[in-house]
Amino acid sequence: MALDEYRPQEGDEAYEGPREFRQVGTRPDRPDGFDKVTGRARFGADMYAPGMLHAAILRSPHAHARIVRLDTSKAEALEGVKAVVTRADFSKNVIFAPGTVGEFWNILENIMAGEKALYDGHAVAAVAATTPLIARDALKLIEVEYEILPHVTDVDEAMKPGAPVIREGAADRSVPEGMHPNVVRYHESGHGDVEAGFAEADLVIEDHFTTEATHQGYIEPHACLGTLGADGKGELWCCTQGHWYVQKVCAALLDLETANLRVTASEIGGGFGGKTTVFIEPVALALSRKAGRPVKLVMSRAEVFRATGPTASASMDIRIGMKKDGTITAAQGTFRLQGGAFPGAPMEFTAMCAFACYDLRHVRQVGYDVMTNRPKQAAYRAPGSPMAAFAVESVIDELCNRLGLDPIEVRLKNAAREGTKASYGPTYPRIGLVETLEAARAHPHYAAPLKPGQGRGISCGFWFNYGGETSVSLALSEDGSAQVMVGTPDIGGSRASMALMAAEELGIPYEDIRVTIADTASLGYNEVSHGSRVTYASGLAVIKAARDAKRKLCARAAAKWGIEEDAVEWRDGAAWPAGPNAGDFEPLSIGEICAEMGATGGPISGHYEATPEGAGVSFATHIVDAEVDPETGKTSVVRYTVVQDAGKAIHPSYVEGQFQGGAAQGIGWALNEEYIYGDDGRLQNAGFLDYRIPVASDLPMIDTVIVEVPNPGHPFGVRGVGETSICPPLAAIANAVSNAAGVRLRDLPMRPSRILDELEKQRDDA
Amino acid sequence: MPEVHLWSGLRALAGGREVVEVEGRTVGEILDALVAACPGLKEPIEAGVSVAVDGRIIASARNEPVNPDSEIYLLQRLRGG
Repeated sequence: MALDEYRPQEGDEAYEGPREFRQVGTRPDRPDGFDKVTGRARFGADMYAPGMLHAAILRSPHAHARIVRLDTSKAEALEGVKAVVTRADFSKNVIFAPGTVGEFWNILENIMAGEKALYDGHAVAAVAATTPLIARDALKLIEVEYEILPHVTDVDEAMKPGAPVIREGAADRSVPEGMHPNVVRYHESGHGDVEAGFAEADLVIEDHFTTEATHQGYIEPHACLGTLGADGKGELWCCTQGHWYVQKVCAALLDLETANLRVTASEIGGGFGGKTTVFIEPVALALSRKAGRPVKLVMSRAEVFRATGPTASASMDIRIGMKKDGTITAAQGTFRLQGGAFPGAPMEFTAMCAFACYDLRHVRQVGYDVMTNRPKQAAYRAPGSPMAAFAVESVIDELCNRLGLDPIEVRLKNAAREGTKASYGPTYPRIGLVETLEAARAHPHYAAPLKPGQGRGISCGFWFNYGGETSVSLALSEDGSAQVMVGTPDIGGSRASMALMAAEELGIPYEDIRVTIADTASLGYNEVSHGSRVTYASGLAVIKAARDAKRKLCARAAAKWGIEEDAVEWRDGAAWPAGPNAGDFEPLSIGEICAEMGATGGPISGHYEATPEGAGVSFATHIVDAEVDPETGKTSVVRYTVVQDAGKAIHPSYVEGQFQGGAAQGIGWALNEEYIYGDDGRLQNAGFLDYRIPVASDLPMIDTVIVEVPNPGHPFGVRGVGETSICPPLAAIANAVSNAAGVRLRDLPMRPSRILDELEKQRDDA
Repeated sequence: MPEVHLWSGLRALAGGREVVEVEGRTVGEILDALVAACPGLKEPIEAGVSVAVDGRIIASARNEPVNPDSEIYLLQRLRGG
């Protein structure tokens, strides 16, 4: 773009200052509540089509194997089978590239194996048949000859010389020379001179930490219904966090024109980042194209575990120096993350988030993205950040313990604030970490006495948040009610938040607004619901679309009154003369203007399309009390308090729900959840019986405190809240457990056997 | 002229420089000028970067304005869950 063509970004995102809200900040009933409690809500597997076939996927039983021969002829001959697809049925035009540049190739290779099966559960073929049973029977008739190859599933083992190579040439140019080919990306950042900083410290602690891969654990397995004709036009219904992304990926993998594939997002039974990518949709469409009939594909829970993204696992080294007064003098971290058999483990976020809570003169962080024979990792709430907080906040807790310092006072002393140079580079604008620490210090929980056998843990956490491409339409009805169409699937209550913001702007009741998740043929492009972006970005777009509609409503009133448009103002759901000079007119309500809109210029709608880029970063502080049974090693979380900066809570109940949800998932990650692989490289616990997520009886009441430090990049001050809440729990719980048990826990999950081992080691050392 | 700070992993691709001065009034122009000044940065920039301008992290909008005295940091591309 030439300089003389330069125009600033459309729209003004700036915070508009404190104001009295009438509807924002209230807690109306959720708009999807009735559908969900009555079963009327339609999830991924709830859609049917005439002539529909049922699909099943054949998956590799081996962790690493060359596919020598693949014969589908017997399956194709089975009565009732209408199509079989293999890798040959997908695009040949998706180009391999190192690192994450070739992400579409990585997705294609993941959804259907090429020359090699890369992990236990990797798809190698798929069948569509008239019944689910015939489809599953047909899988048994597919003959696959494998040459079994050596495998590696551990991140540290995968980096060692002599480790089996997952894929030659997968590393991008960031990787230093001499690294194993399984190291595919490298990150290094920081500032200052860490060795000089450590020399200033009174105490330096260096320690090693690990976290295991955990699954997002959404209740609804992936499911879709696809139709694709020989004319290259298709329809897809699927549960996803981002149907425009699904459209884009499917079009690329099947050589379609993007606009010819219409994708509709179903109601979603949880995602937490795990539904920001694509696993089965191109397979259903490829089968449909071959069979000429609609194809439904629903994953079993075992398939979800074996073949959809868990988060990355991590191996981390942390070194922090502190003065006796609690000043942190230097910090250094090395973070090795494995993200399965593909590049993409979020090690750069682990590194960038690790020390983001603190004002540090000397800091350095290094990250390695490592491939192993495991499923392709997918995002999970603040990807990469929770494990970083676990390692860093554990060392800070240990420093506080050894120096006899209060953990909140130390964090306040070192806390990042407006003007601090972040550990990852830039200078922070207005942020709310100090406010969360002060609120935690003032909370009764922090002063409450502990019982014998109990320990208390504190941790802070950080996440960036995100804006992204966003389109919204708001259409007014003749009675003055409003339909709001957004393109971001509702994964955390966004329909309620959107309705509240539209109601606030238009001055009409919340109940008069219906928010719909539009399909890809009904609205402009929308980025995936990720990065805690929806209430921020779609919310900003709803506000702007409502203001667009208000301008048009005022114009209709001005025309009726015969005055200038700028002599009309909008308040209380009606157009009013802007002042005594504008004339003496009775206000015109939204219903009155809309009732005659067909005769006064046509339908009235508001629109907004932009890429909001003012998502403010977010911080949280958690307080946890835990009790450890030294006989059994069992841990009970007995009290939990979340304090987090929300900028401005649009619907406080949903904000509290996000806080509690992050804490609950963090409890599972800290105490029980883990992918367990056998020596054969096969996943040992692909089901909820053996992979234990917390149930209600495992959880205490999780108390919440909403801190509101306005985001400078949103008219109402909104910050995303969906992800930050999972950043502190691993560390806060580990600190509580370590303080209760009297021994530092450095490896997650802190299952009972691990705690007993640590207690035994402590006794042996004594 | 705006100064662009590189994360240290990028410096080897920019002749060892931590800071590169380039002309530009938008994020897009800054990125184009960076590639022109340091061709080694082409691959990581095309792979996707975020740009922090005065503490505001720009994930994708190339038309975001940049002032001559803006603080600019290249960051690895953000995404969330």
